[in-house]
Amino acid sequence: MEHLGSYIYIVSAALFILSLKWMNSPATARRGVFSGEIGMLLAIVGTVLANHIFNWEWILAAFFIGAAVGVPIAYIMPMTAVPQRTAMSHACGALAAALVGTAEFYRANQLHETLPTFVMVALVLETLLGFLTFTGSLMAMGKLQEVLPQRPITYKNQNTVNFVLFVIAAGLGVRLVMVPTDIWIFPVFAGLSLVFGVLLIIPIGGADMPTVIALLNSYAGLSACAMGFALGNNLLVVAGALDGSSGLILSIIMCKAMNRSFTNVLFGAFGQIQASHAQAQQRPYRSASAEEAAAILEAAGSVIIVPGYGLAVAQAQHKIRELYDSLMRRGVDVKFAIHPVAGRMPGHMNVLLAEADIPYDRLWEMDDINGDFGQCDVALVIGANDVTNPAARTDKSSPIYGMPILDVDKAHTVMVIKRSMNPGFAGIDNDLYYMDKTLMLFGDAKAFVGEIIKELPAKVGA
Amino acid sequence: MDLSIGLFVFMLATFVGLEIIRKVSPLLHTPLMSLTNAISAISVVGAILITGAEGATMLSKVLGFIAITAAVTNIVSGFLITDRMLKMFKKREEKK
Repeated sequence: MEHLGSYIYIVSAALFILSLKWMNSPATARRGVFSGEIGMLLAIVGTVLANHIFNWEWILAAFFIGAAVGVPIAYIMPMTAVPQRTAMSHACGALAAALVGTAEFYRANQLHETLPTFVMVALVLETLLGFLTFTGSLMAMGKLQEVLPQRPITYKNQNTVNFVLFVIAAGLGVRLVMVPTDIWIFPVFAGLSLVFGVLLIIPIGGADMPTVIALLNSYAGLSACAMGFALGNNLLVVAGALDGSSGLILSIIMCKAMNRSFTNVLFGAFGQIQASHAQAQQRPYRSASAEEAAAILEAAGSVIIVPGYGLAVAQAQHKIRELYDSLMRRGVDVKFAIHPVAGRMPGHMNVLLAEADIPYDRLWEMDDINGDFGQCDVALVIGANDVTNPAARTDKSSPIYGMPILDVDKAHTVMVIKRSMNPGFAGIDNDLYYMDKTLMLFGDAKAFVGEIIKELPAKVGA
Repeated sequence: MDLSIGLFVFMLATFVGLEIIRKVSPLLHTPLMSLTNAISAISVVGAILITGAEGATMLSKVLGFIAITAAVTNIVSGFLITDRMLKMFKKREEKK
């Protein structure tokens, strides 16, 4: 029976790999989910078959509660709240890893069982990563849910404090590895890891959440991986490594999309720096009404819509869909240009637009569409700001200089729906708004798009 | 388990992971993250072993119980919400 378990694990690992592989295209992605589900089922079955499992009442009760909590979360959660849910599940996953590590440590100590050094190293890493990811993810969730302030919370010598704390935690970890019988160290070590997770995330601003979420994803995977080493279980190592590398790649993509390094995201306290930069002088700009905007859109041959997080906040995705339909019916070619950091987590904007039934072949990535702006009649910016700022290309003194942006300013006409002239997240003034070809459309994104749609049918009837 | 075998498996899995994830379309990065989330809830295996060990102490049982609950929540909600998102991705031709 024991061998059977290992063979089942091999199949399960292969299914996990296939599951991620099938995510490369929307056509096969649902098969990927199915394969992942079977893989997980087999992993659990294999574990139960290969080991003598006791205390079934505890295990089944936990399964029941977990399922009872998980199902409603999956179906009730609105798509705009997916980043929070993701942060929450990083927290849950990390907590599970940390608690298993803790239980294993106390179990071995109680039985006076000497764990090999590498198992202790793995246990220490598992609990460190697990606990810090747990509180870190809770903080990220709080910021995304706007229970906590989105602005970075900073204080003097913050990086020094964090560094010292980390050194102490690491030192205790090393001590635990060398003298596993020093039981008093463990709770202190766990406590420091928990505190460190909080301190690590509070200085990070809302705009950097896509990177942070991806990074926490990676940590959660690595702590599961460490658990694999601690328990001598290769399936855990494989699944944890897959998750870890996925989080790593996503955070690298996010960093590149903002032209920032990991260290800068983690220790830079972004929003803070530019607060003083924002004092811009009054510059002239042009604004337009919904009626004028509708006339321009109707006369256009091609329109590129640039959605940003503001669109999600205004819940405007369904109105945008109506605008899209109505323009497409008039023979206007409408595309969507998606910046990699649009939204609050990697790929978030695509999900929101897909939810509104906009076909995914109309959603274009930055690199694929940037060349098209030059030939495009109208670029309509909705709720996006910094990712369209030409200063990123031209102004060396700008904090966002070097960040890859959507070349919205190359379109023949630019229209920007915005509540007011207030600068965005990073607090940087956007030159795009003051260009001669730019029309500012002031108002709530959802309401304004609604008005444009109302203006459109009247014209067609005429 | 032999440490070297474990590291070997880790190394290979990391490379496979990096190669596969690189090919995932940015379109699907959000569902990808909830899928990997569900998969990393494989820690449920460790939690079952801890809770179900013969002669497990009360501490082990309680910690294991919480760990299983957390992991199963992730498994269930992770897979279901990924599927819910993927169902929304449609091509133009398929509409109507």
